[in-house]
Amino acid sequence: MLLVVRDLTVALPIGGRLVPIVESVSFTLGAREILGIVGESGSGKSVTSLAIMGLIDVPGARVSGSVRFRGRELVGLAPRAYRALRGREIAMIFQDPMTAFTPVYTVGRQIDEQIRVHQKISRADARSRTVRLLGDMGVPDPERVAGRYPHQLSGGLRQRAMIAMALSCNPALLIADEPTTALDVTVQAQILDLLRGLRREYGSSVLLITHDMGVVAETCDRTLVLYSGLVAERGPTGALFAQPGHPYTAALLDSIPPLHGPRPARLPSIPGSPPAPAERPAGCPFAPRCAYAHEACAVRPALVASGVQDVACVLPAEGRPLPPRFVAEMSA
Amino acid sequence: MTRLPVDSPSPLIAAQDLRMTYRVGRGQVLRALDGVSLSVRPGEVLGLVGESGCGKSTLGRCLLRLVQPSAGRVVFDGTDITTLPERRLRPLRQDMQMVFQDSYAALNPRRRVGDLVAEPLRVHPAPGGGRRSRADIAARLAELMDLVGLPQAALTRYPHEFSGGQRQRINIARALALSPRLVVADEPVAALDVSIQAQIVNLFMDLRDRLGLTYVFVAHDLAVVRQISTRVAVMYLGAIVELGEADAVLHRPAHPYTAALIAAVPEPVVRTEGLPPPLRGDVPSPIAPPPGCRFHTRCPVARDRCRVDPPGLRALPDGREVACHYPLVGEGH
Repeated sequence: MLLVVRDLTVALPIGGRLVPIVESVSFTLGAREILGIVGESGSGKSVTSLAIMGLIDVPGARVSGSVRFRGRELVGLAPRAYRALRGREIAMIFQDPMTAFTPVYTVGRQIDEQIRVHQKISRADARSRTVRLLGDMGVPDPERVAGRYPHQLSGGLRQRAMIAMALSCNPALLIADEPTTALDVTVQAQILDLLRGLRREYGSSVLLITHDMGVVAETCDRTLVLYSGLVAERGPTGALFAQPGHPYTAALLDSIPPLHGPRPARLPSIPGSPPAPAERPAGCPFAPRCAYAHEACAVRPALVASGVQDVACVLPAEGRPLPPRFVAEMSA
Repeated sequence: MTRLPVDSPSPLIAAQDLRMTYRVGRGQVLRALDGVSLSVRPGEVLGLVGESGCGKSTLGRCLLRLVQPSAGRVVFDGTDITTLPERRLRPLRQDMQMVFQDSYAALNPRRRVGDLVAEPLRVHPAPGGGRRSRADIAARLAELMDLVGLPQAALTRYPHEFSGGQRQRINIARALALSPRLVVADEPVAALDVSIQAQIVNLFMDLRDRLGLTYVFVAHDLAVVRQISTRVAVMYLGAIVELGEADAVLHRPAHPYTAALIAAVPEPVVRTEGLPPPLRGDVPSPIAPPPGCRFHTRCPVARDRCRVDPPGLRALPDGREVACHYPLVGEGH
């Protein structure tokens, strides 16, 4: 396993006490695998990825549990050692490529520098590698684009350039945090296509953080659903979408308006909204909004196997798992 | 769902050859709207879809005359409002309201919800003329809270005390305060999480049925638009490329751009067959749109004629309009 995360807990000081934002998150990521971490705002998906990158720098924050990357423990790693790892073995791309690039240098120069920080090669060699990378990322006329400043590029080109920079040192792990959220759908489709191709071309594993169940379905081998800082469900994407084991996963999928098939008279929606971390219930965090909530839900449910998934819900153990989802035919 | 006969009354709002141009320096001109015509009948929900920069938001604002179009006409309920002086436009404004994407920016954070929702009731005169009484305003506020599904206690609280979905309910209550006939909603659910988005989409649909509202619903999310719209206009680079019944346009798209847009939507379904190849390239700049058909640079089925001859909107036998020389839905259908 490339990455093994065990009981990762991130607590931040809020109102004078440490509040767990993310609690006991566990998952593994294999070589050349794409794992999706999906959740709504405040679910803790970005905090999880920042903790793996060692980028939680809030004073008084506490990160506990274990993050083993290629067998090496990252929790508690010295900042210096973390810096050597980031950019070379683990790279990250964000929603807004403008945050990854400085506006004062050309895109090509910034990618050249990134390469030269980690490897002793000449400027000319670095540039030819940069141009090749940009070309691989589907950038038309990569030589010209390398000579341009970030603001001169379209959103899609900037995102491709950022992915090129992230891949410049052949990282084993790419963490992509909402990489397509700011893009239009036709450009999003291009970038997702690119991400799917990375493992083939570069042998990279990808941790994809997103709020969009559609993006997960089309991109990820396995999926981890977070709700209020806790794992609700995890498993192979196909099984998880065909027969979700957690009522939250099922309700979330149901609330997405379908693009094909009959139009529902009303969209099934989830009543209420997720609890703030400081107000998370002691039992199942989804219980207050769950159609299946009962007495047993007053105790925080452990992750248990349900089919090929792991589900933090008492229903499978009670012998009444959720039914498979009805999905309308895709063809019109 | 209330269905209207096809030859129902005259349009509530119509745009004729609307143009909106901006000077962007160095003598360059950005055509945000390049000759848009459409009409919306009472009770209809017209979805305006397209990618960023296609002009859908500008069109929504022009329809309410929040911005003054550079050319063309907007006719609201038989009155040409394009050049109507503000004094004469004001009484009509009660009938046409807007809901914005950013529910927080639209609400003054220092005022209580009751004040914010009551503002239009204080600014505009009562139906019989004169100011509304305190009691009338209080009664209307109570009604509005019920209508949008908020507790009465919300009226004495401040916007920051609410979640995004609840704030959007507050904005909707304010837009409905004067019982408008037309509501233009610009990406009203784009900033919300899906589970909350479904609640607000349902609310828009309920309100339309209960109050007989007419909507122009601007959104980039095709699935949301399909859910709520009776008709759909697809825009690309400042122009409508396809316009027709929502089911026809989204199930059997005639314009290659509509088809590409639908194919690009990531759906929460794991497919067994491969994904279609994505559309290539980016949307061209509206400062220098391509000659001929504006979509030809990215169109998978473009031919020579498309590079030189710009197609106008024309009706297909099934009643929809499409701006394409070679529509995907055959002429004989």
